Amino acid sequence: MLNNEYTRVKISSHRQRQVDSTSDLPARGPLSRRAFLGGIGTLGATTIAATSVIELFAQSAQAQGTASTGTSSLHQWAMVFDLRNCDGCKACTMACQQRHSLTSEQTWIKVYTMQSSAGQTYHMARPCMMCEDPPCMYVCPVGATFRTDEGLVLVDQEACIGCRTCMAACPYEARYFNWTTPPPATKIPGMKQSPEWPVPQIKDTVGKCVWCADRLPHGELPACVAGCPMGVIYIGDLTTDAAINSAGNVVKLSDFLRNNDAYRFQEEYGTNPRVWYIPGHGQDLNNDSASS
Amino acid sequence: MTTTTSNIAPIAHLRKAAMRPVFEPGKRYWLAVCILAAIVAWGIVAWIIQVHRGLGSAGYNNHAFWAIYIANVVTFVGVSYGGAVVSAILRLTGATWRAPLTRIAEATAVVTVLIGASFIFPHLGRPERFLELIYRPNLSSPIFWDFIAISTYAFASIVFFYLPLLPDLSVGHEQLVDKGRNRLARIYSKMSWKWNGNTRQRKLLNGSIGLIAILIIPLAVSVHSVLSWAFSLTSRPWWHESIWAPYFVVAALYSGIALVILIVALFRKIYHLEDYINERHFVRLGLILVPFGATYLYLTVADFLPGSYVGEHGVVSVFAAVIIGRYALWFWLFVFGGCILPVLIMALPWTRRIGTILIGAALVDASLWLKRIIMVVGPANYGRVSGLFGSYHFTWISISVTLAGVAAIPLLLLLVFRVVPILSITEMEEIVDHETKLLEEKLQSLKDFNHSDQISLGDPSRKIGIREIVHASSSAQLATSTSLEIQAEEI
Repeated sequence: MLNNEYTRVKISSHRQRQVDSTSDLPARGPLSRRAFLGGIGTLGATTIAATSVIELFAQSAQAQGTASTGTSSLHQWAMVFDLRNCDGCKACTMACQQRHSLTSEQTWIKVYTMQSSAGQTYHMARPCMMCEDPPCMYVCPVGATFRTDEGLVLVDQEACIGCRTCMAACPYEARYFNWTTPPPATKIPGMKQSPEWPVPQIKDTVGKCVWCADRLPHGELPACVAGCPMGVIYIGDLTTDAAINSAGNVVKLSDFLRNNDAYRFQEEYGTNPRVWYIPGHGQDLNNDSASS
Repeated sequence: MTTTTSNIAPIAHLRKAAMRPVFEPGKRYWLAVCILAAIVAWGIVAWIIQVHRGLGSAGYNNHAFWAIYIANVVTFVGVSYGGAVVSAILRLTGATWRAPLTRIAEATAVVTVLIGASFIFPHLGRPERFLELIYRPNLSSPIFWDFIAISTYAFASIVFFYLPLLPDLSVGHEQLVDKGRNRLARIYSKMSWKWNGNTRQRKLLNGSIGLIAILIIPLAVSVHSVLSWAFSLTSRPWWHESIWAPYFVVAALYSGIALVILIVALFRKIYHLEDYINERHFVRLGLILVPFGATYLYLTVADFLPGSYVGEHGVVSVFAAVIIGRYALWFWLFVFGGCILPVLIMALPWTRRIGTILIGAALVDASLWLKRIIMVVGPANYGRVSGLFGSYHFTWISISVTLAGVAAIPLLLLLVFRVVPILSITEMEEIVDHETKLLEEKLQSLKDFNHSDQISLGDPSRKIGIREIVHASSSAQLATSTSLEIQAEEI
């Protein structure tokens, strides 16, 4: 059944998000979410001079366009891809597949080779966009897809009936079905299959990128972020307005997005994704005409 | 139990013919049941293997996450509409020629909607969790509303099948008692709810049938619309079209009436109902097909033109694949074989023969299934980030399960008519009685007119015994009342 550590997001008729009032987050494991906030928050504080929390929140809300988290949760996770540094090596995909014992077709984070309108080739990785208005969640007939109060869209594979309507609804093709029995998973002691640790995958149910939801509370980087040799991927928090990549670069999220003309992919669908891209074609790698 | 109606004359040969499949279905009945049951059993075995191996064994993949089974749901629930229409709309408009067809049409509606609903199970990866739709539903999901709509419609079509059956069960009860079939007779007696055909009962029943005939029309419209919204409430190119709801409704009517033609022809042949169902019935059903076929063709043009003209990337990619690309062969096969050719067959007087009408109806049903496959697989195949198409292939499992659904239609109908009268006895008797009375009145007024105006009546033997004339031609000639009227006027 649903992991009761998460407050489930319910949908009212006019599509506003309401959060159960029981959202006092319990600690999980030896390191609490609070500790992780401490970690990322301290780092953030060093780069952020003297800005009030309220102002930061206002800025981050602005950065999201229409979004407003409207919750009292400690974190609102976000991801940034700095495409100026991406050479399309797919190390993120491999790190993810290895960690979650996925088949080679299950590219939870998938690297697409794209063509810009100026004719340049660039690479764009697509994880789950963790939309604030996730179409996959709205169409799920049994509420197996849900959104946590920290903005993570997860799948309860113990509840999924395998109707695949979510795959039809996702504009980013970010969902992957287990069409046959999944390969045996590498066991990690003490880890039990759950929406945030969906390993091993369950046959005939749908799976997708979870931003390594099991790692975030421990202050660890998701597998793709940690596995990117170029430091392209930043995991961030809209609440503390900070983000970090595998090279240890910490940025003030709102400034980083604004100063680099960040955009969100396929915004026209109104899903309000929590993933931003900084446009580029690998030029920081002296890869200007970049068709690798 | 007494006779069905106190003041309506029973037609003995009609009562016999309607109950013949119950008493003596013939040797070939068992052969047909065995063959069809074997096909269905094989499909169920294939489905069990599919559950064991995973949905991938039915050809599904991440670029064809929806395919044959959901197309089957749409097709089978769609054809169910034909039965509802033939019965409900023709009943409401007072088309008396419908009477020999209604029982078969209504039974077809029930059987096909149940088979269509069952195709949801092979469609689901986890059919054993199906009940979650009841105990933990998400009301914002179109799939949940599909479930509600299909169950409501299935229930309504069962009621619509059952209500007109009430008086016939009472008629059948007598025959069953005569032939010593006591167990079935007891069921008939229970199911007919103490029907004795008095005026109050008949008024109540006709009122209920009229009400449900009205209700089932918007209900069926809503079912096919909700079914289409499972697709068009996603942002996928081609699925996300406002035309899909009317598209589905018209397709349902079109393919449904075509199926009624096929099923009526089948049972007319095997149970020798030629005396009651003749070429005229097929021609009329065929003529009903014409506007629906033409409308569907028109909707297809209206669907493709705006998207193709404007050039939005995703929409154009999918449309190009359908019209000139990878699905073009199947699409144009549908356009010519499923719309143009059948409409021509039904519309041109010299091709309006039972044989050709049957070919046309079969073409309609086969190619509308094909169209549904294109409609489901095309947009699913299209990768919305990459702009590339995936592929989908049938496997022996998906084909076996689908054929089981096709075989289940005649199988279930054979079984239904093994226990239920195949013709709506009471309805036909009432209509014959009513038309006889009308003719008698006309004749009487004609006589009065002639007497007053001193005009010769011609051969006096023709004006008497009009009841005998009607009875001789009987229910088989329900549609011939016009010719009788002409005869009467000649007198």
